[in-house]
Amino acid sequence: MKFTGTVLKYGDNVDTDVIIPARYLNTIDKKELASHCMEDIDADFSKKVKVGDIMVAGFNFGCGSSREHAPIAIKESGISVVIAKSFARIFYRNSINIGLAIVECPEAAEAIENGDEVEADLDKGIILDKTTGKSFKTEPFPEFIQNIISNGGLVESVKKGIIK
Amino acid sequence: MPMTMTQKILAAHAGLESVEAGQLVLVNLDRVLGNDITSPVAIREFEKLGCDGVFDKDKVTMVMDHFAPNKDIKAAVQCKMCRDFCNEKEITHFYDVGRMGIEHALLPEKGLVVSGDAVIGADSHTCTYGALGAFSTGVGSTDMACAMATGKAWFKVPSAIKFVLKGKLNEYVSGKDVILHIIGKIGVDGALYKSMEFTGDGLGSLSIYDRLTMANMAIEAGAKNGIFEVDEQTIEYVKAHSDREPVVYKADEDAVYDEVIEIDLSQIKSTVAFPHLPENTHTTDEIGEIKIDQVVIGSCTNGHYKDLEQAASIIRGKKVAKNVRAIIIPATQDIYLKAVENGLVKDFIEAGCIVSTPTCGPCLGGYMGILAKGERAVATTNRNFVGRMGDTESEVYLASPAVAAASAIAGRIADPKEVMA
Repeated sequence: MKFTGTVLKYGDNVDTDVIIPARYLNTIDKKELASHCMEDIDADFSKKVKVGDIMVAGFNFGCGSSREHAPIAIKESGISVVIAKSFARIFYRNSINIGLAIVECPEAAEAIENGDEVEADLDKGIILDKTTGKSFKTEPFPEFIQNIISNGGLVESVKKGIIK
Repeated sequence: MPMTMTQKILAAHAGLESVEAGQLVLVNLDRVLGNDITSPVAIREFEKLGCDGVFDKDKVTMVMDHFAPNKDIKAAVQCKMCRDFCNEKEITHFYDVGRMGIEHALLPEKGLVVSGDAVIGADSHTCTYGALGAFSTGVGSTDMACAMATGKAWFKVPSAIKFVLKGKLNEYVSGKDVILHIIGKIGVDGALYKSMEFTGDGLGSLSIYDRLTMANMAIEAGAKNGIFEVDEQTIEYVKAHSDREPVVYKADEDAVYDEVIEIDLSQIKSTVAFPHLPENTHTTDEIGEIKIDQVVIGSCTNGHYKDLEQAASIIRGKKVAKNVRAIIIPATQDIYLKAVENGLVKDFIEAGCIVSTPTCGPCLGGYMGILAKGERAVATTNRNFVGRMGDTESEVYLASPAVAAASAIAGRIADPKEVMA
């Protein structure tokens, strides 16, 4: 999996309440959720995000509520991959399960700036900041998890018999 | 290979002799839970799997608690989707308005979780049932969907932090203060991906309700799960509520922990988490004058009868401060009824509080007490992120029922001893 895009950068402890506020949890429509993505932390996000953009964040990204609506909104808004210093655990597994690419790389998340052009190669485990020329190494996921992501998520994996 | 209590439960449910931290396992589940906002997504995903029915009609549970009684038309549509699904699939444990309560208070009360169970729920506070010695963790809707179909979930086996409890709590100090103290100490990611395992001589001095409150907030420290060693109180509680036999797992003596933290319960003071993180804690003796507009006493964290009883003992015979809206929300119908029968509801209303039917309501900014810009609430809930209870420029201070009750009377954040003098 390889992604190239422009960075939108956020800080530490970005919780799922700001990613998708509870007042929007009375819908499961993906486009509607995407239109309110990041609303309580960045009111302009849904207007400025472009398909293929890359989200970069600090520690504990996606903390708080288990609402899957959060990674759904991020994925549907066009973000191709989220690079963070660390992920909260429910958000992490939700992203894997729905096929939103995520990668934990503290050095990359620290150095990359908002607006940089970044290329992330998750198979090779390399993140390249094309704007600064700096590159960073990442760990590949365990095989079981790589399979889930490459199948397109947990539902597709269950259909293929990965969990019986 | 020595194992922690959590690792033993995971190994047993994965059909393995032993497991170690970092290992990926597939676990057979005793219960799969969802609510009215997480189940609709799960139902949509489940339908993609093309199964005729769920893996076990008695083990899938849906509780309509977040936006129920229906907050608006969209919420009504979501509840109807859950109701229709549960009727069609003949789900035994579907809890609708009239029988429902806040899920994490309801499931223990109805005996749906016993010691030794492995439980997942599409709600982050599913970690609550660790108080009963079960492995219990929050997941997303897709996990819930796949678990409804297969009865299984994948996990990375967590390492653990051991909390050794000693001593006993002082008057007006409760499990809420202990867990806020801990989160203040280790941070909102201090237990990231780990189990928080509670043991020690002081364990026996904590009631089951203190333990339910503490396990409930394990997620606020980033934990995979919170779990308490099983003792006579646990067995007594489980046997009083369930027909199923508890299974007791105890950590090996030589189990390895990432950290061991001693907690002297007698040193814990009334603690408040300031906006906008649960780790932003201060004790009541170091707070200046902070005027408030609203108090919420309830939620899966502190909506138990013991919590209402504590709050009532402070509020009884006094008046809620002018300009404070005090909202009391018993967590289940049984709790509500007991509060009526024992005169607590009368005490609350005479003091100027309102008493609501069980609902998650204001905790997550749903309804039943939303805050406007510039408003401040003291709440016995579990999260105080930006915009959690309303406007992004409102503030939520997390506290125990005793502190919340005292604050309602004082009109500012107050220590219980101040209003009980």
